[in-house]
Amino acid sequence: MGLSKEQVARYSRQLILPEIGVQGQQQLLASSALVIGAGGLGSPVALYLAAAGVGTIGIIDADAVSLSNLHRQVLHTTGAVGEPKSRSAKARLEALNPEIIVTPLQERVTAANALALFSNYDVIVDGSDNFPTRYLANDACVLSGKPLIHGGVVHFGGQVLTVVPREGACYRCVFPEPPEAGAVPNCQEAGVFGAAAGVIGTLMANEVIKVLLALGRPLVNRLLVFEGLAGHFREVSVRRNPECAVCGDNPTIREVVSLESIVCTTGQEAPWPGNK
Amino acid sequence: MAVTVRIPTPLQRLTNGQGEVQCEGKTVTELLADLERRHPGIKERICDQDGKLRRFVNVFVNEEDIRFLQGDQTAVKDGDDVSIIPAIAGG
Repeated sequence: MGLSKEQVARYSRQLILPEIGVQGQQQLLASSALVIGAGGLGSPVALYLAAAGVGTIGIIDADAVSLSNLHRQVLHTTGAVGEPKSRSAKARLEALNPEIIVTPLQERVTAANALALFSNYDVIVDGSDNFPTRYLANDACVLSGKPLIHGGVVHFGGQVLTVVPREGACYRCVFPEPPEAGAVPNCQEAGVFGAAAGVIGTLMANEVIKVLLALGRPLVNRLLVFEGLAGHFREVSVRRNPECAVCGDNPTIREVVSLESIVCTTGQEAPWPGNK
Repeated sequence: MAVTVRIPTPLQRLTNGQGEVQCEGKTVTELLADLERRHPGIKERICDQDGKLRRFVNVFVNEEDIRFLQGDQTAVKDGDDVSIIPAIAGG
């Protein structure tokens, strides 16, 4: 099956890249990605994946668009304030590229739905905004063998890691446990620079497409750290931890468990203020 | 000469906004003690009450995770580069 005339025109500038070409484009059109969170990271990720022609994009987010989201969550418009983010995302992505399928999911990723949900997608993208979801997404990806693109952002910087279960470090190998309950004001906005979310989210989209097309060298076993104010990137080596609770040699986590006990706390001095 | 310690953004308010500071020490433990002397209050962010590295924070010496070296007894020397990197939840 070839590409239509319109598809050739739409994707021409990436079709001429030998690493992509017609075959790579067809592969992208046949691929699927689930983006967790239609926020500061999910916005650039989803926009670039849709633009590149990733054929099926799931967007899961339970929240509604608010005015304070708009400085960084570039998927949404002022007119969408109050609308479910997943629906606003679908409208924006389909306006950008009508030939892809966008599935809006107005809910949270939970221990109950994660495995079934993830099984529908080739790659999972973690652009969530809280530790319980991040560890849950990691564990579900490890248990189901799904590649996970992890990204986090705070203040002017952030980090990216690509998890290919059993081939390299998972998120828990690097950070074994989330901060204890009460240690981090999880639900309090800590401040984040929109362009920093754009940098990290765009790097995540770059990783998704590399993984989908088996291109280049994904950020497996390499945690990439961006420091926006200093204007530099740094890379540190990470590796699979034989003692990891989920992907180690003797895992203690054998099914997806909820970390919902870690809830937001406010009004106290947290060891890591701003680590949202 | 000393060891360059890279401070993650959420903790830079304890280092007068500096992203990297110079510290002295022969091991990571000594280095963190010196960091605490220079910037009081920072160590409890990185280590728990027993002095162990918090489970959501990692220390890298020259880009290698100290958990795969000699942990907090990992040797450091002048000119080394130490990064403190926490898990970040924000999206």
